[in-house]
Amino acid sequence: MLDKLVNMDRRIVFILVALAVIIPTKLRVNLPISVSEPTQKLYDYIDNLEANSTIMVAFDYGPAGLPELHPMGRAVLKQCFDKDVRVIGVTLVADAPTLANTLMEEIAQESGAMAGEDYVFLGYRPGGALVMLGMGTSIAGVFENDYNGTPLAEIPIMETITNYDQISLLVDLASGSTTEQWINYANTQYNLQIASGVTGVIIAQMYPFLQTGQLVGLIAGIAGAAEYENLIDAPAKGIQWINIESFVHLLIVGLVILGNIAFFIRNRQEE
Amino acid sequence: MKRQVPLVLCFLFGVATILTRFSPHRYSQFFYEEVNSWVLIITPFALVLATVTLIRAHVTRIRRRTEYWQYSFIVFAGLITMVVIGVPFGPQNFVFEWLFNNIQVPMEATMFSLLAFFIASAAYRAFRARSFEATLLLVTAIIVMLGNVPVGDLIWSETSSVKQWILNNPNLSARRGIILGVSLGVISQSIRIILGIERSYLGGGD
Repeated sequence: MLDKLVNMDRRIVFILVALAVIIPTKLRVNLPISVSEPTQKLYDYIDNLEANSTIMVAFDYGPAGLPELHPMGRAVLKQCFDKDVRVIGVTLVADAPTLANTLMEEIAQESGAMAGEDYVFLGYRPGGALVMLGMGTSIAGVFENDYNGTPLAEIPIMETITNYDQISLLVDLASGSTTEQWINYANTQYNLQIASGVTGVIIAQMYPFLQTGQLVGLIAGIAGAAEYENLIDAPAKGIQWINIESFVHLLIVGLVILGNIAFFIRNRQEE
Repeated sequence: MKRQVPLVLCFLFGVATILTRFSPHRYSQFFYEEVNSWVLIITPFALVLATVTLIRAHVTRIRRRTEYWQYSFIVFAGLITMVVIGVPFGPQNFVFEWLFNNIQVPMEATMFSLLAFFIASAAYRAFRARSFEATLLLVTAIIVMLGNVPVGDLIWSETSSVKQWILNNPNLSARRGIILGVSLGVISQSIRIILGIERSYLGGGD
């Protein structure tokens, strides 16, 4: 019995995880959400921007990062459009443009933001760090047209934007190491203020940059997305999913404790 | 000659680019901007190289009938379909978007979602209090896991504060050590490449 418990068949664990996701989804549980300091800092930064300021949002994630990063993007865009902060979208990830463009259009439509005046999506350029460096000199030098093929010179929002000097903040929504590159190339060299929204697995890597102030704020995983939705008072997928995730985390902690108890009893018996 | 020319170019451009960082002179900045533009133009060729390598690898698999060679045909089918639709009609073509939204997005999301199941199973097996270090890891993992979800604060009101302390202190210190180590490694490797000591990028490994 103890052996079975210590070496539990992984299919049982899989079934339990599936149940821990399905049951709270059906029950629609709502747990109280407290806001962490890094999320609050980003919210405050955008909240304190003047109307008609411009921020850049880098959608640096593909479909795999979508469940965690789309809710963040949705919340940040909604806050910006509601505050009349203009948004320039870009991406350094090849399979992100369709996702990013759809999201920007969707939130703009909900908030009544106008394409070309309140927001523009420039699309994708290969080159990573070089794209970041290039935009420091001239955005039009890197992106001649927006995602729809309109020359930047013909887009009203770009009339007063030449390079990072006119951008108040860059929010990097990342499932990889792009935030570190934005910090190295855009913040260190061009003094562009950077904030980040990242997937759960890379949250820990961001803390040194938060402490030095190189990151003005951080949305940490789906929990951060839920906190942001709470701050803008627009509950959506983030809040729904963090409630579900609570039960999966509880299950894993319960299983780990159970496994350790069985492990200790078996070791005692063997001695 | 095949080796000397790349080595000389690497040295000249490496040294010149470093010098531009220390000089705000307009010639220096012009050179810096010009080189950046060149590299931006060269970068897309990496995509061509990657595609050729992918095709070569899968043609070899099919020729040699290695295990699961049949799946290589699916790779070619996906590649050809997306190129045939995407290149002439652009990424906003409705067929291209439909294929992306209804095939690529669900497949990638499914692969990523499977992680939850494997992480749960791996956590159950790996987190055993076998030693002091393992117990420390176990306790830290439990606090961070619970601190990351709203239910943690319902169990103990200080859970998220303790989690934040762990991220702000031990985690931050370890990460900073790693960043410094990696950065020093990158600097020394860059110097080796610029000076021609490290030549593996030329192929041949000498």
